[in-house]
Amino acid sequence: MIEAAFVIGGIGAVAAAGLGVAAKVFAVYVDPKVTELLDVLPGANCGGCGYAGCSAAAEAVAKGKAAATLCVAGGDDVAEAIAALMGMTVVKGGEVSLAELGCKYGMDEAHIHFHYDGVADCRAAALVAGGGKQCSMGCLGLGTCVRACPFDALVQGPDGRPVVIESKCTACGNCERSCPKGIIRVNKPSRRFTHVQTTDDCVAPCQATCPAQIDIPAYIAAIGRGDYLDALRIIKEYNPLPLTCGRVCPHVCESACRRQDVDEEININHLKRWAADYEMNVLKEHVLPPKAPPTGKKIMVVGGGPSGLTCAYYLARLGHDVKVIEMMPKAGGMLRYGIPEYRLPKATLDFEIEGITALGVELECNVKMGVDYQLADLYEEYDAVYLALGAWDSRRMRVPGETDFPEVASGTEFLIKRGLDEETPVGKNVVIVGGGNTAMDVARTSWRLGAENVYLIYRRSRKEMPANDIEVHEGDKEGIIYKFLNNPTKIVGEDGHLTQMEVIQMELGEPDASGRRRPVPKEGSEHLLDVTNVFAAIGQSPNLECLDDDDVGEQVERTRWNSVLVDESTGTTSMPGVFSGGDGARGAATAVEGIRDGRLAANGIHMMLTGDDVAVPPNWLARPPKLPGVDEGVDIAKGDRANMRELTVEQRALNFEEVEIGLTEEMVKCEADRCLQCGLICYRGFRSKES
Amino acid sequence: MTAYMLLIVSAILVNNILLAQFLGNCPFLGTSNKMSTATGMAMAVTFVMTFAGAITWLVQRYMLIPYELEYLQTIAFILVIAALVQLVEIVLQKTAPALYQALGIFLPLITTNCAVLGVAIINIQKNYDMMETLVHSFASAIGFGLALVIFAGIRERFVLSRMPKVLQGTASGLITAGLMALIFQGFQGLF
Repeated sequence: MIEAAFVIGGIGAVAAAGLGVAAKVFAVYVDPKVTELLDVLPGANCGGCGYAGCSAAAEAVAKGKAAATLCVAGGDDVAEAIAALMGMTVVKGGEVSLAELGCKYGMDEAHIHFHYDGVADCRAAALVAGGGKQCSMGCLGLGTCVRACPFDALVQGPDGRPVVIESKCTACGNCERSCPKGIIRVNKPSRRFTHVQTTDDCVAPCQATCPAQIDIPAYIAAIGRGDYLDALRIIKEYNPLPLTCGRVCPHVCESACRRQDVDEEININHLKRWAADYEMNVLKEHVLPPKAPPTGKKIMVVGGGPSGLTCAYYLARLGHDVKVIEMMPKAGGMLRYGIPEYRLPKATLDFEIEGITALGVELECNVKMGVDYQLADLYEEYDAVYLALGAWDSRRMRVPGETDFPEVASGTEFLIKRGLDEETPVGKNVVIVGGGNTAMDVARTSWRLGAENVYLIYRRSRKEMPANDIEVHEGDKEGIIYKFLNNPTKIVGEDGHLTQMEVIQMELGEPDASGRRRPVPKEGSEHLLDVTNVFAAIGQSPNLECLDDDDVGEQVERTRWNSVLVDESTGTTSMPGVFSGGDGARGAATAVEGIRDGRLAANGIHMMLTGDDVAVPPNWLARPPKLPGVDEGVDIAKGDRANMRELTVEQRALNFEEVEIGLTEEMVKCEADRCLQCGLICYRGFRSKES
Repeated sequence: MTAYMLLIVSAILVNNILLAQFLGNCPFLGTSNKMSTATGMAMAVTFVMTFAGAITWLVQRYMLIPYELEYLQTIAFILVIAALVQLVEIVLQKTAPALYQALGIFLPLITTNCAVLGVAIINIQKNYDMMETLVHSFASAIGFGLALVIFAGIRERFVLSRMPKVLQGTASGLITAGLMALIFQGFQGLF
């Protein structure tokens, strides 16, 4: 017995001694900090930080390769503890990351190809012909992400789709890695607004058609819930100017609305206006979005119009230091100096711009590039420059007498003067030449200034008018006299003053390159009109003189229409570090197209500054895809569209009160309820059909 | 040479340590959910089993037998194997970090694994000499790895199949292990 104890004790002692010696001889140096860090880290080994487990993360922190905030599972306490251990300071980004499901309908409400009896894993199902859903990006609902979540923050909803329990989600990213279709993503605001929609995303027809690609169904759903601030948050992730767009946007989104197949399209634009007006009229203060931690990069935005302001807004949210310079006395560009007060009150625009400057965007007005600044200097001083130069030159009518009389002017000149609060008297008979929104603005402004007869001369017919339908309709109510299929040929006057204009009738011939029928003059149909003012509103073009005689500006290539040549997807120009977009790059266009360019360019600039390739996925949604409408036999209750309430014609005369007075809360709720909450091919009321 | 070949085939197939002698079932079920884990475990077992076979043979031959302490065999072997694994771990960490990374997390799992101890004791019971001990230990480990890898391959496919809730996980694993054992019984009487 004693003997046995001695022997075993002896073996043990020898082994212990051997191990002790080995531990000394073969000692591997381990930073004591790593051990301490391991005590602090939660030990979940979730991999959310990007390292293989907590010990690898601890090593990375000890070597100074990772920040104190690396642990996604631990939250602020752990970050503080790590920072205390390592003598670092916690740089807090105000953005919260959460898992987010990008699919609206489960298997019950989708077209299904076939069932996979026996397959219990999304990845396996996705391998077999992409899964059972007809929608190539729909959730398969087999719960792989739910099983992958180490924090029990996902549960499977009744239709199989995962539901995120936000209080438990640590944004570790395991669900995103496990999802074979990339439907569940760990998202934060900046990741959302730097996302470029691709053909692999679930975008509703309206969202795909909107140049700014706002997640329209999401904000309408938020409005339906009565959560107007959330609706505004969703809108502002793609469009920082909802007050403006809610008033002046031509809302092409509505033309894609699936609801048209049932009754009438949703009044999308005025729902957006409701959410934006809620901030301005009810809260009366700006709700600022969270910003990413400062990056120390400086960006100059040239031009304070919609495109420039948008670019500045998103760059500021990404943590960059942004300054905007504007040649006019106030920012807003054509929104301020092109759109009249009765469509977009200046006070509203001021509130909108304040919301952007409140985010830390510096704004300097009354300075012009090419005069006060040279692009070459800006290029030197800033990490990137965004040129949002606008299209301020007007095209001329090219008729005899055009430049002989002070009463003949361009429509934009007239509107700019109004924007500057200068005197713009008009006489009895005002003629506007052109059929776009500018022509309508000038006509309706002239009517408000007291003109007795306002003629709008357009060489094609009403059908071909590029102006928004509502504008033409309202102008009609206000008594604008449309003279379609007419064109000016001569302007005549006496003693240096305008008296008459010669007009010729036109007829529509063969379609031209733009698909519209080309107007041809009718011989001998000339007649004279008595006029006191003529405004030409037949198109605007960019003026790039400010880029001439400048080392950097000369290297920025132009198009043959004298606009800046850009890559539409990122705003890059031929000069690295110089980006451009908006009217200055695409020629006169709408505010929302400028906003699209601004966001995409902010993206491009961010990619360049963070060292990524400045490129978007090849399958990005450059043009809206063709999507199916409402299927036959789907039973959806009909309901009336909530139309905008507006002032009567009597109330509008001789003043510039805003014509559209907004929807009421009940109207908004009803309208939001009408929304079909479309996905790419699914929509509310859509039921699966086995095939 | 034929004797060694027979020894190897018998250790791998006929007397498979897992499926014929039912030793080491804990790691068999525990590390067979994923193929990558299974192969890691198989390598670690091969490593340790061969070493342990050799050292326990030396302990038996030069310590326990001369002093007539055979009755201490089990406890002495456990102690020696545990110390050996620790030692191997320490040495590997310093000298072969890559191998340590690959085997690291499995080594502590098998310090007192019954399959390792079982092979060590069988070596003694069958009166193998040093060379036979090494070959038998190595071949047994290969047998262990073979069974484990086949088992993991089957279990990996379970996720793709719909099965009643009561059978999911360990339950179906045990049934599969039983069926595999039946198949391996077919090698009995091969020689």
